[in-house]
Amino acid sequence: MKHWFKSGKPWIWLTAGAVSVSLIAVLGLMAMIAWRGLSFFWPAAIHEIEVRANDGTTQTIIGEIYDSEEIPIQRLQESGVQLDNFDEPTLRRILLKVGNREYVPLDFAWIMVPQIVRDETPADLARLERSKDGNFYGYVAAVLENGEPVATEGDASLRDELDRRIERAVEIGEEADALQSSEIGAINYQLNQLRLERRRLELSDQLTLEAEQAIEEREQALRDEYQELEKELFALREQANRDAVVMRDMRGVEVTLPMYRILGATFPNDMSLFAEIGHFFKQIGNFVSEDPREANTDGGVFPAIFGTVFMVLLMSVLVTPFGVIAAIYLHEYAGRNAITRLIRIAVINLAGVPSIVYGVFGLGFFVYMVGGSLDQIFYPEALPSPTFGTPGVMWSAITLAILTLPVVIVSTEEGLSRIPSTLREGSLALGATKAETLWRIILPMASPAIMTGLILAVARAAGEVAPLMLVGVVKSAPMLPVDGNFPYFHLDRKFMHLGFHIYDVGFQSPNVEAARPLVYATSFLLVTVIVGLNLTAIGVRNHLREKYRSLEH
Amino acid sequence: MAKAKSGDFGASNYRLFKDRAARWGVTLGGILVLITLLLIFFYLLYVVEPIFRGVSVDAKRDFTIPKDGEVVTLGIEEQSEIGYQFTDTGVLSFFALESPPGNNWQPGEILLREQVVPTTPTSFTATQPQNNRYAYGTADGKAQVVEPKFRNRFVAGIRSTTPYIEYVNGHDLITVDREGRALTQLAYEYDGESMLFAAVTADGTVVTNYLEAARNFLTDEVELKENFNSLNLTGPVDQLEVTPNLRQLLIRQGNRLHVYDVSTTGKLSERQIISVDRRLGDVTTMQLLAGASSILFGHSSGIVSQWFEIAEEEGRRYQYIREFKAADSAIQEIIPEYYRRTFYTVSAEGELGVFHTTSQADLYRGKPDQISAERVVIDPRANTLLMYSGGKYHSFNLENEHPEVTWSGLWQEVWYEGYPEPEYVWQSTSGSDDFEPKFSLVPISFGTIKAAAYAMLFAVPIGLAAAVYTAYFMSPGVRKVVKPTVEIMEALPTVILGFLAGLWLAPVIENYLPGIIATIILVPSAIVLFALLASNLPQRLRNQFTDGRAALILLPLVALVGWFSFSMSPIVEDWLFGGNVREYITNELGITFDQRNSLVVGIAMGFAVIPTIFSIAEDAVFSVPKHLSNGSLALGATTWQTLTKVVLLTASPGIFSAVMMGLGRAVGETMIVLMATGNTPIMDWNIFEGMRTLSANIAVEMPESEVGSSHYRILFLAAFVLFIFTFAFNTVAEVVRQRLRDKYSSM
Repeated sequence: MKHWFKSGKPWIWLTAGAVSVSLIAVLGLMAMIAWRGLSFFWPAAIHEIEVRANDGTTQTIIGEIYDSEEIPIQRLQESGVQLDNFDEPTLRRILLKVGNREYVPLDFAWIMVPQIVRDETPADLARLERSKDGNFYGYVAAVLENGEPVATEGDASLRDELDRRIERAVEIGEEADALQSSEIGAINYQLNQLRLERRRLELSDQLTLEAEQAIEEREQALRDEYQELEKELFALREQANRDAVVMRDMRGVEVTLPMYRILGATFPNDMSLFAEIGHFFKQIGNFVSEDPREANTDGGVFPAIFGTVFMVLLMSVLVTPFGVIAAIYLHEYAGRNAITRLIRIAVINLAGVPSIVYGVFGLGFFVYMVGGSLDQIFYPEALPSPTFGTPGVMWSAITLAILTLPVVIVSTEEGLSRIPSTLREGSLALGATKAETLWRIILPMASPAIMTGLILAVARAAGEVAPLMLVGVVKSAPMLPVDGNFPYFHLDRKFMHLGFHIYDVGFQSPNVEAARPLVYATSFLLVTVIVGLNLTAIGVRNHLREKYRSLEH
Repeated sequence: MAKAKSGDFGASNYRLFKDRAARWGVTLGGILVLITLLLIFFYLLYVVEPIFRGVSVDAKRDFTIPKDGEVVTLGIEEQSEIGYQFTDTGVLSFFALESPPGNNWQPGEILLREQVVPTTPTSFTATQPQNNRYAYGTADGKAQVVEPKFRNRFVAGIRSTTPYIEYVNGHDLITVDREGRALTQLAYEYDGESMLFAAVTADGTVVTNYLEAARNFLTDEVELKENFNSLNLTGPVDQLEVTPNLRQLLIRQGNRLHVYDVSTTGKLSERQIISVDRRLGDVTTMQLLAGASSILFGHSSGIVSQWFEIAEEEGRRYQYIREFKAADSAIQEIIPEYYRRTFYTVSAEGELGVFHTTSQADLYRGKPDQISAERVVIDPRANTLLMYSGGKYHSFNLENEHPEVTWSGLWQEVWYEGYPEPEYVWQSTSGSDDFEPKFSLVPISFGTIKAAAYAMLFAVPIGLAAAVYTAYFMSPGVRKVVKPTVEIMEALPTVILGFLAGLWLAPVIENYLPGIIATIILVPSAIVLFALLASNLPQRLRNQFTDGRAALILLPLVALVGWFSFSMSPIVEDWLFGGNVREYITNELGITFDQRNSLVVGIAMGFAVIPTIFSIAEDAVFSVPKHLSNGSLALGATTWQTLTKVVLLTASPGIFSAVMMGLGRAVGETMIVLMATGNTPIMDWNIFEGMRTLSANIAVEMPESEVGSSHYRILFLAAFVLFIFTFAFNTVAEVVRQRLRDKYSSM
């Protein structure tokens, strides 16, 4: 035994254990995020559970199983829950999402498994997805048009009627939203521009009577247009008010819900596998294409995806040329001396400087100093409300460009150093200038390395949150940084970001429990994108290495 | 590289021009990028630097105004355009300090002059500066309270200010002494509605009148109800003060201070008698500091001492806290600032002093422009200092932006108002204006170190062991898969790790604490046990269990043992800890238990750091030249001996550099600590409590800090500290790594 310990065998196995633990951690983490993120989209069965309390009363609860855990009975007793005829040390309990937020005190309920007397999944149970107050669970009792029932429970046409009318309501709702956000939004934007124009003229003492009149005329025209659109909007709302659905909830009470609040109805207990798969992909589609609802705790994440992609693209445009030029300078032009070596170490180390430091720098230097000066010079009419002197998507992109600069430099330099010097010498020997050699020979060969650097930079930028919290990200941006109003790209606007969305919904939202699946789904989306980008970068790099290995020999 | 003279090959001028342009362009671009990186360093420094600047007092202008009797007090309006003086004859006069664009004034021009008391006053008092009220006492036991006010008007965007006087209680005098004796000394304060007068009458009695404000239900007007009281003290009274919350009356008799409580009905009861230590010299003056929690005594020795109330067994009592050497002669006057804890002193010899109590900073001492001060006043924004000297007025520009920050205040224990002892506290903001900000970087630096330490405790053993195994034992095929898998973890956004730590791991640890501890103990023991079993297997089977495959073979074992530990957790909890570990820890062991604690951070941040350590250490071990280990093995050493005696020793600089890099990352990590700790700036190594780190502190407080304020600059200082810290760590690591690479290539 002693000999065995001395041979070092146990230690070897322990180091192997460390690898196993690391692997389990990585794979487990990914698997957990994937499982929790994706199961959010799968149509879960709706249970109708009858629970008998200690005093013999029974209660019916309808909902989706959300979570379950095994806990010591002791802890329950301490919190005042008593169970009769139960002597096991631990007990299983399940968390049921009961929805119907405005009718029940809590939209989640813990149920002790030993208290369950009946657990069924009736085919007629419906889940209504609503634009407000979350899901509603219950039986469809009737579909109403102008208060008159057109189909009641038991009618064969009930579900078709419901689907058709929901579709109509959703269409009208979308039309109204489009009207409000694009056309009415454009008018508001133009009115604001006119206000700024007036102020601008006023500041430069050019606000003549004619100018004032011209502005007023245009304002009046816009206001008239606004009135028209508003009428249209009211007409749409009127139409949307026509239908309603009567639902019987778990208390047995019939509740009338207006149709325009309902986004979709599903009967998950009555779905075939294909229908379930279809529903699953439809839900994923909705998640990436819809706007968030209810303080970000429900709905989709489209603005966050859009904001992340837009900011990252902007950053790429900035970081690539500068990073590549810096790398070319360091590798091709700078002398091989101690200073170059020092600079190289400094660049590598900047990659290790905490991201929050870049955020602080971005806030102080770009937002307050540069942005404040830009406002003074170019946007005096909007002051004191800042245009660029406040966090926004442009400053975020620039800050992250600086943050990811070392990544691009290091990766490009590595690519440059892998190009055999024989190629350079050959080109120069044939009479090409250094610039021509660079442009025609070196850069095309280094382009995969530049690509790798860029991909890694994008992956880093997409996941970075801490600096963005200081320089431009918000929990909810009313307008995207790109829209139909001239000049189309609004770089001064704040934006939403997937990473910040996770932080905000997970930690700042009023109903963390209800928002949790959404956070997992967002996490899964972000992880997929970032891991995908990294794997691509690794693939490109490996491919590149093979290529040059063959060149060298 | 060969420097080819392209011209020899007949290149056109245009091509040569392009070549030169490219050279300049690239060099410029390269240098620009490097300048940008340097800019970060210098910009942070540029923002931080002003907090360590001293006070400067620069003469602006001087002027005289017609004499109206002896000046008893001075004041300045908020824009520093108008000054005013009260004289012992009862005259209030406003005079111009500047020639602002909106008014055509000459400095010294009288703007408004009014006799505010009908008869010659016998005493005078001023409230704390932010209340801005002044009262004269009369020979018939009454008092006149006035408030100098200013009206701002904007004409064509230009502001013009005019002064006016508001008489409190109309032009009617308020009775202080019911018996109508002359008031030789007066003290007055009001809290927005109620008022408190205290006075010494000609026969030496101390009288008070508490005017209690009550709202009339019918007319909705505030009515003042008088409550008279009196005290008989032996000996003469030197100074009277009333606190702005109207709860205390301070009476100074020589070196003794009587503190009286004033009840809500105006009743007086003695609370404490302070005898000021003779060591400090005789007390010459007394003044309440901004916020009115501290009393400042000026002494004949030129010392100013600060006293404030501390909770003791007998209740809250004033106590000596600290002293400032303000002058070489007796202190004549102490002038507090409006909101900050800065105060100004004037000595008998006319020396001016500027001090800050919290930071214990001696900001200024001397005679600005060789002028001996008699009276001094500060404007509400503390930008202008007005001095009265020999019948002449002198105004000065005052630069005192960040008196509350000193290097020692940031890193040493400070005795804050109301605290029982000097402490390290970070508390940057509060609701009220006259709050004493507490800027100690110690608790948050401690938090940073604590978080990093727990993370390293978790990450270093796993990361290094995994690196050693992967580089040294693992078969190349498996290594090709395992290495990128672990490294991909480095790319995971930390916001996701933080979210999982805060919302998933923290409740899991709370509910399954025995399971976590069991995992930490059981997994290694199970591995050793399994190794023992494997080594005793028959030869044929043992060949399958080679070192190169151990990691894969152990995967299911580790997973199984982990699962077992967790599923046993509730039973163990019930059996050993009475069913609730959390309560057991809190009640039986007396340890505070937060749900988001250091254990959670240690594990979550450990996972963020493992790939960094793993990746660099693995490279270092793997690139140890093979002939070294082969030689060792050939000489008869076992693989383990070769590893510990040859390979690890050679790679140790690389391993060191890996740990440094990991530490650098752990120190600067923001999102995980932000989400997985309670963010409370406490100083305790307890693993079940949270912390606040430098980085999280910046993320939490930066968005709401006012640009250019001391708080803003201190947050920049925190960022600068982080920058320097991680930069130093990474540079050391990088240099060590470069050296190692050179060493290997020479082997």
